Amino acid sequence: MPEPLIEARQVEKFYDQPSDNRIQVIAPLDLAIYPGEILTLLGPSGSGKSTLLRILTGLSQASAGQVLWHGSPIDGPCENVSIVFQSFALFPWLTVLENVEAPLKARGVSADDRTTRSVKMLDSVGLDGFESAYPKELSGGMKQRVGFARALVVEPEVLFMDEPFSALDVLTAENLRSELLELWEDKKMPTRAVFIVTHNIEEAVLLGDRIVVLGKNPGRIRTDFHVDLPRPRDRKHPRFIKIVDYIYQVLTKSDSDLAVPLSGPASTDVRPKYPMLPHARTGGIAGFLEILADHNGREDVYRLADLLSFEIDDLLPIVEGAALLGFVKVTEGDVEITPAGLEFANALILRQKELFRNAALEHVALLKQIKRALESKSDHTLPDEFFHDILDEHFTEEETVRQLETAINWGRYAELFDHDSERKRFFIPEETPGEPQNVEVGTET
Amino acid sequence: MTAPALSRSLIRDRTWNFLMDAIVFAVLFASVYAIVAVARYWFSAPVAAVQISLSPAAIPVYAFYSLVRMVVAYVLSLVFAIGYGYFAAYHQRLEAPMLAVLDILQSIPVLSFLPGVMLAMVSLFPSRQLGVEFGSIVLIFTGQVWNMAFSFYASLKALPRELMEASRVYRFSRIQRFLQLELPQGAIGLVWNSMVSVAGGWFFLMACEMFVLGKRDFRLPGLGSYLQSAASAGDTTAITWGIAAMIGVVVLIDQLVWRPAIAWSDKFKLEQVESSSAHSSPVLNLLRKSPLLGRLRDGVTTPLMERIYLSASHRAPETKAQPSNWQKAFIVLGGIIALLLILHGVFQGLLVLKGITRDELVTTLESAGATFLRVVAALVIASAWTIPAGVAIGFNPRLARIAQPLAQIAASVPATALFPVLLLGLVSLGGGLNTGSILLMLLGTQWYILFNVIAGAIAIPSEFREVADIFRFSRLDRWRTVILPAIFPYLITGLVTASGGAWNASIVAEYFHFKGQVLSTFGLGAEISSATDAGNFAVLLLSTIVMATLVVSVNRLVWRPLYRRAETRYRLDG
Repeated sequence: MPEPLIEARQVEKFYDQPSDNRIQVIAPLDLAIYPGEILTLLGPSGSGKSTLLRILTGLSQASAGQVLWHGSPIDGPCENVSIVFQSFALFPWLTVLENVEAPLKARGVSADDRTTRSVKMLDSVGLDGFESAYPKELSGGMKQRVGFARALVVEPEVLFMDEPFSALDVLTAENLRSELLELWEDKKMPTRAVFIVTHNIEEAVLLGDRIVVLGKNPGRIRTDFHVDLPRPRDRKHPRFIKIVDYIYQVLTKSDSDLAVPLSGPASTDVRPKYPMLPHARTGGIAGFLEILADHNGREDVYRLADLLSFEIDDLLPIVEGAALLGFVKVTEGDVEITPAGLEFANALILRQKELFRNAALEHVALLKQIKRALESKSDHTLPDEFFHDILDEHFTEEETVRQLETAINWGRYAELFDHDSERKRFFIPEETPGEPQNVEVGTET
Repeated sequence: MTAPALSRSLIRDRTWNFLMDAIVFAVLFASVYAIVAVARYWFSAPVAAVQISLSPAAIPVYAFYSLVRMVVAYVLSLVFAIGYGYFAAYHQRLEAPMLAVLDILQSIPVLSFLPGVMLAMVSLFPSRQLGVEFGSIVLIFTGQVWNMAFSFYASLKALPRELMEASRVYRFSRIQRFLQLELPQGAIGLVWNSMVSVAGGWFFLMACEMFVLGKRDFRLPGLGSYLQSAASAGDTTAITWGIAAMIGVVVLIDQLVWRPAIAWSDKFKLEQVESSSAHSSPVLNLLRKSPLLGRLRDGVTTPLMERIYLSASHRAPETKAQPSNWQKAFIVLGGIIALLLILHGVFQGLLVLKGITRDELVTTLESAGATFLRVVAALVIASAWTIPAGVAIGFNPRLARIAQPLAQIAASVPATALFPVLLLGLVSLGGGLNTGSILLMLLGTQWYILFNVIAGAIAIPSEFREVADIFRFSRLDRWRTVILPAIFPYLITGLVTASGGAWNASIVAEYFHFKGQVLSTFGLGAEISSATDAGNFAVLLLSTIVMATLVVSVNRLVWRPLYRRAETRYRLDG
């Protein structure tokens, strides 16, 4: 095996809490980038894939472990890498040409040389004639082309891309992907390896020579394998579909029954300590169950994603939410509706709420905990901080806030409790005697 | 376009450019002369109390001296603001205390700095006019700098993370990051805050150019002292001339400096999509066409920048080097010295405060109450007319086109300049300074509310108004459910600025030299002004502390919660 360009050894990221608890964002993992490969890093939101990219480039520091650049540890941003950003990160006050010239300027390249190289690079990404335009005058696809040009003009050894196509519309993204592959295949890029972070499974399979899939809470490698499909790859090819299906299987599999991946090293597996609410809206879960019932109650996850044109970040939380509530079962990348789920899908709205309430109280620890805490108080009300403090022992600040948001959404739908966003308190509304309360309380978000 | 028309336009273009060059050259020449003249005056022996001539012929020279003071103070403010903001944004440990200091300094009225600044400067340059001049400049500086520093700090904090990362991964040197990322990001905020600051500078010009400090009478030749002398003498002709000159200078600067600056700073908007409403300035367009400036850029600035970038790129790239031991020792030593100085200051201050009698304390607190009521009254009156007027203007684009520029000119006129006229009217009507001071606060601060309300009304989505129309909301319902909640965040922003301004204005509004006597009314502002006049440091210190405490606690207890509410509940984009 050739010498890796960049290598992460037992790299992890965590935040120490005031108490002994530590919030693990990325569990210790090994990952190496070799010359000649396009590596796609795939993971649901919250798996720390962007954090991992920033650790590998040296932009942020790992809490423990080492990043090696050509075998020697790095301190600060790597010598010769580039990043293409999701939001393009172009300087709005510089023209297209000035944006591309900026990194050369930083390296002390002379003015003439700078312009020649930048113009040439702009030509090769199809932007000749746009040199003196400002980024705000360009469409999203063109902006990302400027991003490419800026990244490639310094001839980086490794080109990092952080969800480079996810801010673009479907057609533009497709177009840019094939142009990127063209540049790579024709060796028009001075780059020895490409590292792409994405949450789009098809994109990962379309582009990657090697695919690494991260799991979440905490982030860790769940599988790492090579793709030997010839390029250009056909989405309808049976092998393509098989790989996509396999990735869905990996992503939907619970931690306990994770199989050994196809190839590559087995991952280290750290179990989450506190059950996490998937960030799915209740309406999404209800709609998903109804669609699943229409498909005879059983379907491939990837087929559903395709059908709904959902990306994994949209679909996975819904599937996880439905599974958590006991409405569906996930096996081998297939979702199957349970009898409880079927009853829910066919019920009317009030009955649906009741079923949801029962399921939530039975299966969802956080909702149970909130309801019990509220009931134990004589005035049935508690401030946000109370629950915030319980959760931030286990989650990052951002995740704690999201957990509470989701809990409020579910709790309101199930009519377990309500929340006053202005006074920042949870409370159980007074019930009108003799009549079940089923008026939906207006949300403010 | 036909050929003759085309050539005519070419000729016009050429001539304009030549004219522009001539103007640019003349400006350069005049500046050189001005620098020499100012230097000669500054390094002359000190004349503390210059005899101020009330002849209109003296006005151009006075206006020039005032302008120089303003420019120097502004440049100082800009440099300090950028430095302070930069330091606060990048030094985590010092961030919180530095912001608190800013908050407090912002609430201290200009005049309270006066004795300290003046005595220090005069003792620094005892044999040169420079000392007194510099004192005056530093006074203007203290009135301008804080909000600019805060603005730059805030824009650094708002830098998008990915832009920051791009500058790191592409290995920008510190200077390149500053010039291509941080300064452009802060530009818009700095330009707008500079406008507000300089307007504040004109407002307090009279106080900064002419004052009594104990037995010493300081008077500097300038527009402010001209106006004040004219007011003391009750010379109506001179007052009129002075006001006309001041308004003229202010409007001219607005057109020649601020409008072009705003139009220019439009390109620093952090937006990825072009917006329809762009500012424009004919002066800026002309400047952009000037070939002389173009040549200057190609021949001097660009190569110079090349050199800077080149030398910066050869320096070792930024690494997180641990500070060496002696650096650490230096920091600790600096901290200890600063702490000792602060302790010493507190101790000395307490010694001074010991001289306060019980009566003085009670009077100060009572006067604080009086000024508080005046500030509230000014805000209520201002809101009462600006909210309906602002909403009407905002809802009616045709009206907005006419009213907005007019209001801007009206707002740029320093209210203090109009005060003598106002007093003449009040005295002839038999009113006192008690209500007159409210009127002055109003003149200075109502514009902040008006502009914000107009902006808020413009931002109300037309769907909201259509809903109100369809469901036939009554006028009351319309205001209660649509208009007031929608403009709430803007209104709060306006009120915060206005209340700060009103407190600050009280020191000139409640105490005034007029027709050879002192007109004053009971209030904290008058307390501060008279203490300065009398050189009563104990009362000055006490009343300054009271005012700063009041302003800061009103900010914390009233405005901040309201602001938070505006940001959470009354946001339109959530």
